Amino acid sequence: MSSVTGVSLADETPGPHGSAPLSGDGAGTGRLGDRLFGGAAKGAGIFVIALVTLVGVFLLWQAIPAIANDKASFLTSREWSVNDSNNLRFGIVELLWTTVTASAIAMLIAVPVGVAVALFITQYAPTWLSRPAASLIDLLAAVPSIVFGIWGLRTFGPVFEPVQNFLRDHLGWIPLFSDANISGGSTILFVGIVLAIMVLPIVTALSREVFAQTPITHREGALALGATKWEMIRISVLPFGKPGVISAAMLGLGRALGETIAVTIILSTLPDGAKWTFSLLNGGETFASRIANNAAEFDTPQKAGAFIAAGLVLFILTFVVNAIARIVIDRRKAFSE
Amino acid sequence: MTTSTTATTSATSSSTTPPASRGGASTDLGHKARGRAFKDQLARVVMWGAFLLALVPLVWILWTVGSKGYHLLLDAQWWGNSQRGITARREGGGAVHAIQGTLIQGLTTALISVPIGILTAIYLVEYGRGRLAKVVSFMVDILTGVPSIVAGLFIYALWVTTFKFQRVGFAVCLALVLLMIPVVVRSTEEMLKLVPNELREASYALGVPKWKTIMRVVLPTAFSGIVTGVLLGLARVMGETAPLLILGPYTKSIANDLFGGLMPTLPTMINQDRTESLQPAVDRMWAAALTLILLVLLLNIAGRVVSRFGSVKK
Repeated sequence: MSSVTGVSLADETPGPHGSAPLSGDGAGTGRLGDRLFGGAAKGAGIFVIALVTLVGVFLLWQAIPAIANDKASFLTSREWSVNDSNNLRFGIVELLWTTVTASAIAMLIAVPVGVAVALFITQYAPTWLSRPAASLIDLLAAVPSIVFGIWGLRTFGPVFEPVQNFLRDHLGWIPLFSDANISGGSTILFVGIVLAIMVLPIVTALSREVFAQTPITHREGALALGATKWEMIRISVLPFGKPGVISAAMLGLGRALGETIAVTIILSTLPDGAKWTFSLLNGGETFASRIANNAAEFDTPQKAGAFIAAGLVLFILTFVVNAIARIVIDRRKAFSE
Repeated sequence: MTTSTTATTSATSSSTTPPASRGGASTDLGHKARGRAFKDQLARVVMWGAFLLALVPLVWILWTVGSKGYHLLLDAQWWGNSQRGITARREGGGAVHAIQGTLIQGLTTALISVPIGILTAIYLVEYGRGRLAKVVSFMVDILTGVPSIVAGLFIYALWVTTFKFQRVGFAVCLALVLLMIPVVVRSTEEMLKLVPNELREASYALGVPKWKTIMRVVLPTAFSGIVTGVLLGLARVMGETAPLLILGPYTKSIANDLFGGLMPTLPTMINQDRTESLQPAVDRMWAAALTLILLVLLLNIAGRVVSRFGSVKK
């Protein structure tokens, strides 16, 4: 108990004469060295807060003039023409659609597989295998995203093409799989699958951590009542780990929404004025890939402003998703002890 | 695919003796028990299958990049020359300019973010109580989730639009600092929490001030874990591409100046060569990708080795 954190037990016990517990820097001596060092540490903490705030404020500040000059509706327009600074017309609805669908496909694949891998590592793997297995999955997270991009486009894409053609030919009557004349291996569906591989280690890592913390009494209790291993997992490990899994999924989602270079390399962009479809076999651009595709042309502030506005929306999206992840995991901490 | 299924079945049959015998003993309970046993077996197969499925892309990627890129890496030229004056049509040249750029930017990033990250972690574990500490911890989580392209855009908005500076290597480092700080904070925090409180209290009892206790007792105890965190953070930022697209255009010559001119890196080199269709450039793309993977894996493995051999002992 006393060695869980740097808090001294004395910090939490009430002071003499029934006064309130010591708060904050209970062990500091108040001498110069302590004040300097404590100040520096506090300063670093405040710096981090300032940094995140600055990111939001700066993006907002640079995006507002561009959005104000936008002749089209920022939230509902599909247009994107920013070359004429007197006639800016841009909207994010198409970017939002592509970003969200690709990430949704990624989550549909990565969460079940990630949870299964985490269960494998914590419950099923023989003892000698469990550590190396975890390290191997972690290695997947170490592969740089640009490598996922070139591998996806050049190696995985051609292999995936027949699957995509099959979906198009046999399920084409469903709007989601209608033909959009995009060559296989560069569609939203395929990007979603590559993103799934990229976020899998994130989902696995956090799920693994919470599954490993399932109290042994819960597990042995279930087994003693005659549950099979799978039933034990279903009634004790999964319910205990649920908030952790939700949190892990959110962190993975945040990563998938913001992934840039792999998406930029794989997804084929659409020409101006292309017809709107709901097809997953279509190309398109996500927030991040639209910014990356045009990064070389950031010359005038107005033009950059449009892209910064897109970046701001992406920042807000990931902020919300990450905040939810954080809140869910915090709530679990409150109940588990 | 066929190999993975056979591996699954053989592994299952060898590791499931106890449940199988349990199922055999309860056959007289009728089909319900058999259904449960079947579900149990099915779950086992699914878990093994998921793990093997997750290994497929890892092996596939490493194999693809390794087999396509290794022959250029065996050439001494690769480690000694730059791409100066070499067109996509021509073979030859090396990656030393890009490797150097990646290392310089990575080290500069580490130099800035490690002190800030460690101090923040010290604040969270040793000093911070109450509201401010909660907000700092929340913000670190948000920073972890900031997409790298947004970090790049932010520095662009600050460095280029506001201060009217050029796009230089140092701007890239600033964007990478944003991505590295949260990694360092989180891993250092975990390590500091593992330091037993008895050590701190023993030090206080000897009259040592708090700051000296942290510097001389707490940090050295947690040192190896902190090094691991720094190495993993470094591995992450060295593989980043998105901020470089905005802030660090590629060039083919060696450049050492962080504050003037363009600075090439391995990710931007890959990004440049991927747009070419001529074979020499494609070969260089795979070779650069392999070099980058090796660099990142080396840092990862180093991090793991340090943590294995120097973890906090209770």
